[in-house]
Amino acid sequence: MNIYLDLFLTFAQIGLFTFGGGYAMISLIENSCVEKKQWITHDEMMNVTVIAESTPGPIAINCATFVGYKKAGFLGAVIATLGIVVPSFAVIYLISMFLDNFLEIKLIANAFKGIKIAVGILILDAGITMVKKMQKKVLPRAIMVCSFIAMLAINIFAWNFSTISLMLIATVISLAIFIVKGAPEQKGGAKK
Amino acid sequence: MIHLDLFLGFLRVGLFAFGGAYGAIPLIRDVVLSYGWLSDEALIYMIAVSESTPGPIMVNLATYVGSSQAGFVGAVIATLAVVLPSFIIILLVMIALKNLLKNKYMQAILRGLKPCIIGIILATGVFMMLNNAVGFAENFAYNVRSIVLTIILATVMFALPFLLKKKVSPIMLIVISAVCGIVIYGI
Repeated sequence: MNIYLDLFLTFAQIGLFTFGGGYAMISLIENSCVEKKQWITHDEMMNVTVIAESTPGPIAINCATFVGYKKAGFLGAVIATLGIVVPSFAVIYLISMFLDNFLEIKLIANAFKGIKIAVGILILDAGITMVKKMQKKVLPRAIMVCSFIAMLAINIFAWNFSTISLMLIATVISLAIFIVKGAPEQKGGAKK
Repeated sequence: MIHLDLFLGFLRVGLFAFGGAYGAIPLIRDVVLSYGWLSDEALIYMIAVSESTPGPIMVNLATYVGSSQAGFVGAVIATLAVVLPSFIIILLVMIALKNLLKNKYMQAILRGLKPCIIGIILATGVFMMLNNAVGFAENFAYNVRSIVLTIILATVMFALPFLLKKKVSPIMLIVISAVCGIVIYGI
């Protein structure tokens, strides 16, 4: 299949089945772009996630632009991004035209209650996949556990503390350790 | 000029919304209310609709607000404006990335950022799953149906692969969850 058409259809499919924000779509992108199409590696996927989290805008758009550009240059980036946007644009536009009481439709409300539960599980699955493929070293594991506990506490107690601040702290700690101790030995390497 | 206002307003949202849609909601609220596009009540309803429809929440909201203010052209302009900043920023980052990723300080930063984000995503997943099932954010307003559905879906996602030797795709899980939702919450 033509790469542009393939990019468009793949991302349109991801766009159509992504509910509830960016983290859930990591699982979908990992499944289609890394495992099935092998357009990017898991390591690259991890880099996109880091970049997407550190730059403004919807994570889905960041990911689509990244994969599209990598596979087929500027035009690929435009097409993959359009692929993500077109399905949600069409759905929302139709709803805003024809359905004033969208959320009151019992069938849709019940389907969405189910989807909401799936979204949590998909995010958990994305997290577990990342942990499995993480470097088996002390420092990354320690940072992971600390940010896990911190984020869980932020969620449970509804603290007003953004993920950006959490990421800044991790960056500062990692840089400080690098400046004091130098780069870690590479022999362990990333486990595939 | 409503078209220009929509473009500039949602450009601001796209440019300053860090950390996903939920972090961006206060910013979106600020923009939408300051232009007087919607009442607070209508905005809350639109946020709920954007969460229940596929696609990035920010894009959905932009389409919805644009369409309500200036029809199809308004929807296109608002959607483009919210997408444009991240599109351009990622292109710039990728062009700079080749050399940047080899930089030893950049690598040190990534060594800290990656596990931190993994922890954040894992915690978000654990929290959402538990909260959907037992609702501790709503004073443990738990619901037997939600607990049952959580157990079913978690089994499909995490236990079934051991039997089938094949992972259930995320899209499949979404479809199963929608059908189960209609059945379980409908009876």
